Amino acid sequence: MDRRDLFKTACVAGASALVGRNLAAQGRERVGGGGEAMGVLVDTTLCLGCRACERACAEAKGLPLPEDEVDLFEERTTSPDRLTVVNAYQTERGRVTVKRQCMHCLQPACGAACLTAAMKKTPGGPVIWREDKCMGCRFCMISCPFDVPRFEYDSANPRIRKCDMCFERLQEGEEPACVASCPTGALKFGPRTELLDEAQQRVYSQPDRYVHHIYGEHEAGGTSFLYLAPVPFEQLGFPTHLDTTPYPTYTREFLYAVPVVLTVLPPFLLAVAKARRGEPADESGERWTE
Amino acid sequence: MNARAERAAQMATEFRRFVGFVVHELRPKGRMLTPFNVITASIIVVGAVLLAIRFTQGLGSITNLDQRFPWGLWIGFDVITGVAFAGGAYVLTFMVYILGQEKYRPIVRATVLNGFLAYVFYAGALLLDLGRPWKVINPILGNSFGVSSVLFLVAWHFLLYMTAEFVEFSPAVAEWLGWRRVRRALGGLTLGAVIFGITLSTLHQSGLGALYLMAQDKIHPLWYSEFIPFLFLVSSIFAGLSLVIFEGSITHRVFHDRVGARLGRSHDDILIGLARICAGTMFVYLFMELLVLAHGRHWPLLTTGWGLWYLLEVAGLVAVPAVLFLLAHRRRNVTLVRGAAAMTLVGILLNRLNVSVIAFKWYAPNHYVPSWEEVVVSLAVVSAELWVFRWVVNRMPVLATAEETERGRSAGRGLRLVA
Repeated sequence: MDRRDLFKTACVAGASALVGRNLAAQGRERVGGGGEAMGVLVDTTLCLGCRACERACAEAKGLPLPEDEVDLFEERTTSPDRLTVVNAYQTERGRVTVKRQCMHCLQPACGAACLTAAMKKTPGGPVIWREDKCMGCRFCMISCPFDVPRFEYDSANPRIRKCDMCFERLQEGEEPACVASCPTGALKFGPRTELLDEAQQRVYSQPDRYVHHIYGEHEAGGTSFLYLAPVPFEQLGFPTHLDTTPYPTYTREFLYAVPVVLTVLPPFLLAVAKARRGEPADESGERWTE
Repeated sequence: MNARAERAAQMATEFRRFVGFVVHELRPKGRMLTPFNVITASIIVVGAVLLAIRFTQGLGSITNLDQRFPWGLWIGFDVITGVAFAGGAYVLTFMVYILGQEKYRPIVRATVLNGFLAYVFYAGALLLDLGRPWKVINPILGNSFGVSSVLFLVAWHFLLYMTAEFVEFSPAVAEWLGWRRVRRALGGLTLGAVIFGITLSTLHQSGLGALYLMAQDKIHPLWYSEFIPFLFLVSSIFAGLSLVIFEGSITHRVFHDRVGARLGRSHDDILIGLARICAGTMFVYLFMELLVLAHGRHWPLLTTGWGLWYLLEVAGLVAVPAVLFLLAHRRRNVTLVRGAAAMTLVGILLNRLNVSVIAFKWYAPNHYVPSWEEVVVSLAVVSAELWVFRWVVNRMPVLATAEETERGRSAGRGLRLVA
């Protein structure tokens, strides 16, 4: 092996080590931080459909106030200037109203998709978006199993918009604006573990009132928003085919193959090229120019 | 003192000659008003106007993208399909520099040039689609590494691979400029760049498929499987080679007076050799598709409308051209090779568009259809690439060796063509 080869091999090995280390660090990353990861429990049996949460959200985020009169049965979706909506569904047990917004997954697909780490799961629970990092590729929208992130298509300086669980209010020790505005207690803010206990207790103590399913406990690996409902969730417009696997897992295997390929393939190719004949053909270019 | 002044004067003359040469080369050669020029120039102009609107009014002003369909034609065709078509460069450099199949050496330069420009333009088209392109340096500079993202890998690989391909092509630039010593130094970098380039290609060709792993519930089950990365990698081999066949057949007609004697003699032989490699990889691909289909127990889906669409892609535009390639190789029929290559290209185009656009949210009412503006911008990207390709081929030793080009130039041959 001459000096040039040694140099090449060293370069390749160095690059691989770099990538490998980054990946290892990422793989160990745990979301939620263990302790006080907050969440919101939505009890749809207590929801009146008054849409106070929609208004509170718009006020807290400086968005246009929602229209006063809407037909709740006409399904609306969130949009760049409407981060939460309340819809009503006609079910086997009558009218049920449901507030929807970002689910704040424990291991969010959007976060794993984001190549600038603009989408980030904070240890306290919220999945936030950071304007200074995002390059607007919209891969988060492709990846999100709940189709939550929204993009400002009509702006020359577009942002990704979604509920951030009122991250700034949380920093100041306040509740999310929607929770604070709810007149019936349908929304409850607290540590996710406690909310889960509470939800289970409600289901067990009132089995006639609730279906035996806490939406968000396991969906997509678990979400910070948890839902209780009187009817199966497919009647309420929720995606119910989701796996319990956290979404980042789907790409993890591929990403783990990267450092392996980067380390193994170049020496192999070099060996083949060298073994073929004493010297590679075009080292000096003589052969090409003949 | 005198000697130094003399050397300075010499260098100044040399520099003036260099600038004069480059300025001379920058000028268009040949007729300007050809149908090709008129059509592509108008497409580029309209595309530029549309892009000006897009960058001042937002993506919604000229695209049909919406909250449900964040990626459309610009990603699905320009980036995903364009990069698959550019796969010929890593396959050919592997064959020639690693396996030592000298037979294919005459087409390496054109292929590498094509691959390099494809990455510059098609991966570059990603910038047009970014909402906030001025932030594109974030994942590169390192203030925001999203290392758990497949797109992070793809972005880095695009950048590194462009560099590797430029290094691979750089000897031709040095020959064009007449820099002999630089040429020798650059030639020494080729093998390293080739090895690096092949490794990067393996990872980002499959990485483009891995982009869709988290979209599993949104893609029709006939096109989604956890093996998308493998399928993308294997299909990039015959996609790239089919483009080499297709592009070679056109360039040889258009640039016939730039083609060197060696390439002219062996071109048919090369195409027939490539046909066999295409057929081989296509059978591997078909076998994998079959395994995925059987493994997912998707047989019943084949009788639906989507199933017929799938069969058109996989049976009609992979299996049939694979057999045609094999026949063409056996009968040494170059026309048949070209036909099979054209069919294969359509098949790959369909496959990549199916995964990224057509079968993406196949269940949605009012499915995304690209706007005419998106189509024109995509065509403008292709046109611009063709202009640069032509400029380079008409000046640098791409289709011929440096010696052949030199001989042709002093004999007044060549350079008669369009700009």
